[in-house]
Formats: sequence, structure tokens, C-alpha cells
Amino acid sequence: MPHVGLTHFLVISSILFSLGLYAVIVRKNAILVLMGIELMLNSANINFVAFAHFGRFGLDGQMMALFVIVLAAAEAAIALAIVLNIYKTFLHINVDEVDKLKE
Amino acid sequence: MPGSNLISLSLIILFLPLIGFITVLLFGKRFSKLYNFEIGILATNIILTIFVMFQKLMYFPEKIANRFTWINFGNVPFVGELKVELGIELTNVTVLMLFVVNLISFLVHVYSTKYMEGDIRFSRYYSYLGIFTFSMLGIVLADNFLMMYIFWELVGLSSYLLIGFWYEKDSAADAGKKAFLTNRIGDMGMWLGILILFTNYHTFTFDTIFEAINAGNIPFGDNAWLTAAGILIFLGAIGKSAQFPLHVWLPDAMEGPTPISALIHAATMVAAGVYMIVKVFAFFTADALLVIAVIGVLTSFISATIALTQNDIKKVLAYSTVSQLGYMVMAVGVGAYQYAFFHLVTHAFFKALLFLGSGSVIYAMHHEQDMRKMGGLKKKMPITYYTFLTATLAISGVPFFSGFLSKDGILASTYAFGSLTGYWLIPIIGFLVAGMTAFYMFRLVLMTFHGEPRDHHKYDHAHESPWAMTIPLITLAVLSFWIVFTPNPVSPDAGWFLNKIETQFTIVPQAARFEFMQTEVVPVEENHTNQTEHAIIHSEHYMHAMHEAHYPAMILSLVLASLGILFAFVLYYWNKVSADKIANSIPFLYRFSLNKWFFDEFYHSTFIRGTLETSKGLSVFDGKVIDGAVNGSATVTQLFSKISSLFDQYVVDGLVNLTAFKMGFFGFIFKKTQTGRVQNYILLAILSLIILFIIFLPFF
Amino acid sequence: MDFPILTLITFLPIIGMIVILFLKSEQKDAIRYTALISTALQLLMAVFLLMNFNYQAAGINDESSFQFVEKVRWITIPNISWLGTIKIDYFLGIDGLSILMVFLTAFVSFIATISSWNIPKQIKGYMAMFLLLDAGMMGVFVSLDFFLFYVFWEVMLLPMYFLIGIWGGPRKEYAAIKFFIYTLFGSIFILLTMIGLYFSATEMVDGVRLHTFNLVELTKAASYSADGILSAANPNNYRFIAYIFLFVGFAIKIPMFPFHTWLPDAHVEAPTPISVILAGILLKLGTYGILRINFAIFPEITVQLAWWIGLFGVINIIYGALVALAQKDFKKLIAYSSISHMGYVLLGMASLSVTGISGAIFQMFNHGTITAMLFLIVGVIYDRAHTRGVEEFGGLANKMPIYTGFVTVAFFAAIGLPGLSGFISESLVFIGAFGYTTTRILTIVALFGILLGAAYMLWTLQRLFFGKFNEKWQALTDIDTREYIMFIPLTIVIIYLGIQPSLALDLMNTSVKAFVQFINTAGF
Repeated sequence: MPHVGLTHFLVISSILFSLGLYAVIVRKNAILVLMGIELMLNSANINFVAFAHFGRFGLDGQMMALFVIVLAAAEAAIALAIVLNIYKTFLHINVDEVDKLKE
Repeated sequence: MPGSNLISLSLIILFLPLIGFITVLLFGKRFSKLYNFEIGILATNIILTIFVMFQKLMYFPEKIANRFTWINFGNVPFVGELKVELGIELTNVTVLMLFVVNLISFLVHVYSTKYMEGDIRFSRYYSYLGIFTFSMLGIVLADNFLMMYIFWELVGLSSYLLIGFWYEKDSAADAGKKAFLTNRIGDMGMWLGILILFTNYHTFTFDTIFEAINAGNIPFGDNAWLTAAGILIFLGAIGKSAQFPLHVWLPDAMEGPTPISALIHAATMVAAGVYMIVKVFAFFTADALLVIAVIGVLTSFISATIALTQNDIKKVLAYSTVSQLGYMVMAVGVGAYQYAFFHLVTHAFFKALLFLGSGSVIYAMHHEQDMRKMGGLKKKMPITYYTFLTATLAISGVPFFSGFLSKDGILASTYAFGSLTGYWLIPIIGFLVAGMTAFYMFRLVLMTFHGEPRDHHKYDHAHESPWAMTIPLITLAVLSFWIVFTPNPVSPDAGWFLNKIETQFTIVPQAARFEFMQTEVVPVEENHTNQTEHAIIHSEHYMHAMHEAHYPAMILSLVLASLGILFAFVLYYWNKVSADKIANSIPFLYRFSLNKWFFDEFYHSTFIRGTLETSKGLSVFDGKVIDGAVNGSATVTQLFSKISSLFDQYVVDGLVNLTAFKMGFFGFIFKKTQTGRVQNYILLAILSLIILFIIFLPFF
Repeated sequence: MDFPILTLITFLPIIGMIVILFLKSEQKDAIRYTALISTALQLLMAVFLLMNFNYQAAGINDESSFQFVEKVRWITIPNISWLGTIKIDYFLGIDGLSILMVFLTAFVSFIATISSWNIPKQIKGYMAMFLLLDAGMMGVFVSLDFFLFYVFWEVMLLPMYFLIGIWGGPRKEYAAIKFFIYTLFGSIFILLTMIGLYFSATEMVDGVRLHTFNLVELTKAASYSADGILSAANPNNYRFIAYIFLFVGFAIKIPMFPFHTWLPDAHVEAPTPISVILAGILLKLGTYGILRINFAIFPEITVQLAWWIGLFGVINIIYGALVALAQKDFKKLIAYSSISHMGYVLLGMASLSVTGISGAIFQMFNHGTITAMLFLIVGVIYDRAHTRGVEEFGGLANKMPIYTGFVTVAFFAAIGLPGLSGFISESLVFIGAFGYTTTRILTIVALFGILLGAAYMLWTLQRLFFGKFNEKWQALTDIDTREYIMFIPLTIVIIYLGIQPSLALDLMNTSVKAFVQFINTAGF
């Protein structure tokens, strides 16, 4: 079994990030977009933990990952509430049609 | 009695009429009898004058003068002491003139009580007489040019007021204006002459100026300036004494009341010019004198020819006055200033008499002045007739009358002048005029008093005038006889009058004198019998010439006068030849004379119209061009402001709007990118990030 | 003299104005009497000045011999970077050049107040403006600080604008604006020169040299720093340009040909009392300014340009008279005669001699009184007949004999008849101008002015009063008591100064001599 190094983690997190980004950009459903964001956050977490493990930063990376997880939870709660409200206003959660910003 | 008392007395004589003027002017309307106050003043004046005259003539051979400082400038930079002095002086000539003025003025005052009776402005008339007498006396007494000029203008004013006395008539108002303006032309010249003298001598006083000239101090160091000053000052006399070419006002001045014509326009004011040039005779150069003589002789000739054909009784007398004044001026010009003054005095008496006599006729004929409507008045008005005849004989130069003496003196001196200088035309015309004078004066007498009455209605109502009018006539008639002036009826030389006239020596430099004036005279003391002759002539030559001229001149003038009288009798008394026939045989000359040589027409179409047209033109120029330029600049400014306004609206504001418009345009374009979709934005952000990353890749 | 009489004489009308502003507009009599009392007190003070005037003190370029001087620091702005310290004085004082003008202002204003008695509308505003105008004019004559002078100069403009523009005739707006803009146009030139002079000259104050507006200091060559733009040492002849600027500014006020056309319009439209003020006082400000500022500050250029000043004087005389001859509107005729008469003032000044300049100043005074009377005369006939056409009248002499008498006096005074004041001043002008070689020929030409003057005056007299009576004017009445009160003092002054001119001439004699001495020595 080859040695699992930093590079592997970074590759994984890049793939995750790209998938998340893809979801955010392409998906029409607000929930899916949110899920994309979660993916991107988690890829960042992987980066944090990986750099913490391989670098000389002590537990800083893990700390930051914990922060992000908490933040992601809070974000998800607020975002879902917003999505609910969007649904109440527009009766759908299609982000393409929510273009009030234009006006 | 000291001389200063005489000065005080003459000051009283001077100012009394002024008091009369003010009093009557202010209160005459309220107190209708107040004119008597003015007459009283003149009566006082004449008494005082007679006293002053005798005192001066008998006890004071020297000049008495007194002056005071009017304006004092003190020590003026670049000039020195400068002050303007006024003063009066009494010479024999002055007191004689004083007497003439006061006497005639007094007689006219008396005469006018009847002549002007019932006029609506009766008391105004007397107040004007007061200011006239005051101003005239001022001229007589002046010892300096300034005072003379001041009173010169003031007589102009009173003459203006009195000529235009009946101002309801346009012709009277016109005549007054004409007189004032014509005189102003002369006064301008006179003032310029005075300015030349003042600039050089810083004084107006005659004596001081003459002393300076005598000491060789010539204006601007050039004799030509002296001549110019003389001629310019003489210009004042041309205006006032109605000399050619400014004589046109005098005949028109006859629009005034007839007593005024007698006082102002025959006896005194018009003689002021002659009086002045007699007074300042000493400083005329030969050239100036020649100009004076030529003007005089021209005037006397022109007006005599006009007088031949006039039909208005006052017009004939007016032209005869002009002609006689020309004689006097001519006399001064040829150096016979004492004869000029002599003639001035005799003329004042007999011409005043003629005018007052004509006034008496006009009064009797109910203001008819046309001689063609008179005739045969001799029987109706004997006193008027005989006094009038006396004056006519005097003016025609018949022996035993005053006019003969003075006129003969003048003619003899022109004759002598001609023989010495070769200007023979002067005496020739002078003699010719003497003949014409006799003719037209007798024409007047014959047409008015003799023959058959031509207007029976008026003739029947005619009657002798009241005593207030005849007494002045008689007084003046008495003064027209030779005995008043000299015991010898054919020569005035030994008489008291000529002997009292002061000798004047010319003071101009030798180079500017006539040749015959070059040599100095025998001292006056050596020549007791014939003092005056010396005095004028200043040279043996002239004396000699005068002696030689005396008898030929006398005989010649007598012959010519008789011829003139004879001719008048032939035409108008015996009616041998019809005057109309003669007139028709020379129609051009007749019309020329009847229309007064067309002087008025000429002046009117040249100077007056010229001035009026210029003035109209300038007025239009002022309104259109100058004011037009002002308004034009205003319009141009307005135009600019309009353009600016347009510029502001379209260019400046346009630029602002343009910017906004461009912004809108770009906004329109970039708006497209603003889809409102967050995903698009993210995509763009990511893309940009990648692009930036690529760009900055080499720097990592 | 500690009592600030010049301040009082200048600001008294303003006090009157403030009182009037507190009165109700219905209290017409109270307003009138307030104005009358203000001007009467001002006149009394002017008489007081005349009586206490020191005949021996020259003034002109010597500050110590000015009289009734008041001098306090008015504005001080210390140490502005490159400007240095700005200092403006409140500096009043009079000498022989101004004393007569001060009296004239008080006298004519008083007469004009009486003449304003029957102003038909808005008497409150009228009198307030009138008194402000009065203060402005008086201020100009007594100021010796250029800045102060300029302030008063401008203060006059505004009330004059309204007085013509509100109380004037049919074309009042046009006339008022023309007057205002024209004069303001001149003021710009004066302002420019004033500033130029300020930066060129300095005065020693408390041991420091400061820039100055002091008109007395400005006459001294020593006051100018060598690098000043208007110092004589400056190689670019800026002083010449400054002189022309100032002259144009003042010439508009005189008014001098060709800047005169505002005058007839202003006169024709202005109400009678304002015409009186305009001709009687305002025009003199121009000539006074030229004497006090142009002549005294730029003597060398004055000498250089004397002929030109005389030339314009002569043009004014002849041109004004000729144009007057063609006028049919009585008031316009008098307006042009004013232009003609102001020409004598210019000619007299150009002579640079004692007689000429005395004559010029005396002519300023005499023209003030005579023309005031002439405009009052026009007012009398206009009030009654509501027309000014000279040719519409005729034969009025029998209808209005006393009026005719006053008119005759005024007309003959204008013609320059001896015995009336105009003669003396005109004669002195001629004597002075003929005596000075430069203006000699011009004088000869100017003499025709006395002929033309007589022509248009006598012609007008004839057209108005002589000839056939026009029955249309049957209702005209002779002058009333109020008009008597206006005419009699003027007539007395005109006659008295004609007989006893030294009364006025002695007042200015010392100053004029010093002035002539100064110009001729500094000018060559």
C-alpha cells in the first residue's frame, strides 16, 4: 500500500470543492445549491485537517475545522429558513427565477 | 471842491437810475404813478450832471479817476500780483457825454408820458428806461475795458427789452432777438480783443494798458497783435454802432417805441461804439485805423443808398443814423477823433429831435408810419414841422446849424487824409454821402409835411402834439444851432467845444503808425490858438493838409448838399420829374436799394440757415449716431448675452446632459450582465478569479 | 476742531432717512417736514462751515492745512500673506476746492426738497431715497480717502436709479437703466485705477510703510515705491493709461462729449427735483473728481493732456449749444445747455492757471444754481400744462408775468449777462484759457459758445413768452408761494454773486493758487 501523503488529501478536497462549486453554479434547486456549499465547506475542512496533520501547526487546523462545522450548521439553519421564506413568497425554490436583485 | 467829490457825484448820477429801475419794476404795478419817481430821478440827474460838467470843464483840466479792487487774486503763481479793478474816470469827453445821455434820456422820459400813455405796461417801460440809462452811464464813466464790456452787454439787454417791448408782435420780438444776437457777434470780438490785452498786461484799466504800450511793451511782442487787438475791440463798436457788416439790426430795432428809437437807437447807445473808439483812439495802429476808416465809409455809403428809397419814416431815419454813425467811425479812422466826438454830440441832438419829431407825426397820424400816406402836415403841426426842419437842415450840413460844423470837420479831415495817404476813395465817397443825405432828408420832409394830404381821413384827425412832447422838440432844436458850440458859424475850431476835447497822442510804436504821424508835434503850449488841430494830427504834415483842406472841403460839401436839396425839391415839391419814372429807368438799382442790398436775405440764407441746419443735423447725429452707438453697444451686449444664453443652454448644459446620456447608454449595455441570478455572479467571479490567476501566474 | 461736523453734515440726511422709514406712509406731512428739516439743518451747517472757513489754509497736497479734518482708522486687516496689511481710513476734510461744492450740495438739496413737496406717489420711499442720495453726494465732496470716496460715489447711484425709475416719466425704465449702467461703466475704470494706486503707493503709519488710499498722500511723488505699477519710475507708461481710465470714469458724469447721451434721457424722464439735483450737483462730481484726483495725482500727465481736455471742453460748449438750438422739448433743451455749460468748466481746468481754475470751480457753482433754477422753471410749466413742447406755447408773458420775470433772470444768467453770476465764471475761464498758450486757439473757438448760447436761450424765451397768446392755455396760473420760495433764494444768489464774486472767489483763492503752483511745478 503506497504511502498516503498530503497530496492525496489535497486531491480529494479539490474534487470535493469542484463538485460543490459545480452544484452551486448549475443546480436550480436551492436545497441542492446549499448542499453544494456544504461540500465546498467540507473540502476546506479536509484541507485544514490535512495541513494540520502534515504541517507544524499543532491543533490549529482541527480547531478551524470544528469552527467551520459549527458555522456550517448555523449557516444551514439560516439558509434553510431563507429557502423556506423564498418558498412562501414564490411558491418554488428555483434560484433562476428569484432574480429580484436585478430590479 | 476837490475832485473826489465829483467822483462821488458821478457815482450818484450812475446809480440813481438803477434805483429807479428796481423800484419801478417791483412796485410799478401796485402804484401806477410811480413812473414819476423815475422822471424825478432823471431830473435830479440832469441837474447834477450840469453841475459836474461845469465843475470839470472849468476847474479840473486834468483827468479825475478813482478805482477800487473788485476781485483780488493776490500773488498768483507765474503771473504776480493779479487783481481786477473797476473804476470811473472823468475827462472832458466823459462829462460832455454824460450830459448828452442824461439830457436826452430826461427829454425822452418827459416825452414818453404822453407818447406811451395808456400802454398796458406803462410803468414797465419806465423801469426799462431806468436800466438803460444806468447801463449807458456806466459805459460813459468806465475807466477800464471790463467795466465797459459789462455795461456794453447791459445796454444790449435794455435795448433787447425795449425793442421787444411790444412783444405780442412777432416782428418786435424778432427784432429784439436779432439786435441782441448781432451785438453779441461784435461783443465776442471785443471780448477777444480785451483778452489779448489782459493776457499781456494783467489789467483792464485803460491808463495802465496805454502806459505799457507807450513804454514799448507790445502784446506778444508783435505789432500785428496790437493791430488785431485794435480791430477786435473795434468789432464791438461795429456791433453796437451798427456798422457794416453788422448794421442789419438797427433798422429792425425801429419796432420799438419811437422815443426808444430816439434815445437808444439814434442818440446814445448806438453812439457808444464811436464813444469807445474815440476813448481808446490812442492805441489803434495805422492798419487798424485804416480798417476803421474803410468800415466807416462803406457803412455810410451803403446805408445812405438804402435811405434814398425807403418809405417808412422811421426806416429812413434809421438808415440815416447808420450812415451818420459811419461818418463818425470814418472820422476816427482818419485820425479826426475830436470831429468824430463832435459829430456824435451834434448828431445826438438833431437825430433825437428827428426821431421825436417823427414820433410826434406818428402819434398824430395814429401810428401810421408810411410817408406815402402823409403830406401837408405843416399846417396841422407847426411846432413839430419847424423843429423837424431845423434838424433836417442840421443833418444836411447847412451853415448856421450844428451839423454843418461837425460834418465839415469830418469831410475836411478825410480830404486831408486822402491827400496824405492817397486813399482818395474815402473822401470821395464821404462827399457823395453828404449829397445823398441832404437829398433823402429833404425827401422825407417834403413827403411828410408838404404837398397835398394823401390820406384825408387820418389827416383830418391829425393835430399838434401836447406840450410834454413839443417841449423836448424845442429844447433839442435850440441845441441844433451853431451858437451852442462856437461863435463862428463856418468853423468850429475856435469854439469852446472842440477846445475842451482832450488831446490824444498815439502811443503805438513808430513802425505801426501812419507815415504822416511819424514826426512829433510842436508842444501843445506853443500853440494856444489852435490847440486841437495839433492834438489830432500829431504832425506838421497833417496840420498843413487840414488847413489846405478846410475851404475846398467846405465849398464842395456845400455844393453837394445844395444839389441834394435841389434834387429833392425837383422831385417831391415841384414835381418836375416823377420819382417813379427814375426808379423805373433803373429798376435793378432801385430794387437793390429798396431791399436794403439784400443783406437780410443773404445772412438768412447763409449764416442763420447754415447754423440752424447744422444744429438740426447735429441733433440727428446726436440721437442716431452717438446715442445710437450707446444703444447699439447695449444691443450688442444683449445680443452677446442671448448668444451666451444659447451657448449655456445647448453647449454647457448639453455637455452635462451628454455625459449623463453616455452613462445611461453604457448602463444599458452593462445592465445585461446583471441578471439577478446569484449563480451567474458566482460563475463570473470564479471565471474572473481564474483569469486573474492566469494573468498573475508568471509572477508566482 | 473736535466736533465732527463733516460727519454730521454727511450723515444727517441718513438720520432723516431712518426717521422717515419709521413713519407710516400715510403721515405725508411728517415725512415732508422731516426731509425739509434734515436738508435745512444741513444747509445751516454748510453756512457754519463757510463762516468758519480759514481763507489762508491751502489744502490740496498738504494734509495739515485741510480743514475740519476727521481721520480714524476704518478698516484694518493685518498681515494677509502677499497683500500685507490692508488699511482704510475714514478720512474727511475740506479745502478751497470743495468748500463751495459742499455749500452747493446743501443749498440745492434744500431747494430740491421744497420742489419735491408735491410728489404724487409713495412720498415715503421718495424722500428716503432722496436723503440717501443727498448723503452720498455730500460724502464724495468731503472724503479724502479714495476708498471712502468710491463708496460714496457708488452710494449715490442706487437711489438715483430708483428716483428716476419709479418717479420718472413715460420712458423712466429706459432712462434709469441707461443712467445706471453708464455710470457704473465709468465706475469700473475708477475702481481699477484706485486699486492700481493703492498697490503703488505707501504711507508711513506708526513707523511702518503701509499701502494707502489717502488722496493727499497719493499726490506726493515720494509715496510711490519704485516698483509700483503706477509710480512715475515705471517704464511702461501705466500712469498714462490710469489717467485716461480715471478721466473716462469722471467724464461720463460731467458728461463730456461723446459720453453725454444719458443726460438728456435722464433729465427728460426724471421728476423735476431730481433733474435739479442731477444738473445742480451730480454733474459737478465729475469735474470735481478730475480736479481732486486726476489733476492732483497725475500732474505731469495733466500738463501733457491739457490741450485735449480743453478740446473736449470746447466740443462740449459748441456741440451742446448747437444741439440745444434744435431741441423742441424744453427740458431736453436745458439738458443740452447743461452740456454746453459744463464745457466751460473743462476749458477752465485745462488752462491750468489761477484765473481759469477759479473760473471753472466758480462756473461749477454757478451752473449749479442757474441750471437748478432752469429746471425748476421747466417744472413749473410742466406741472401746469403737462407738456414741455416749446412750440406749443407762446405769449405767456402776459398770462404769467412774474414767472416770466424769473425766467428772464435765469435765461440771461445762463447767457452770461454781466451782473449775474454766470458772467464772472465764464469770463474767468476765458481769461485763464486765453492766457495759457496751449489753449489759446481753443478759447477763440469757444467764444462762439456765448453767441450760440444767447441764440437758443433768446429763441426759447421768444417761443414761450412772446408773440400771440395761445388761447389753449387760458387756465394757466402764475407761480404760487411755494415756487416763490424756491426761486427767490436762487435769484438772490445768482445776482449777488454776479455783483460781488469775490465772496466766492476768495474762499478758493489760496487753495487754487497752491493747486496751480503744485501742478505746474510737479508737472514739468
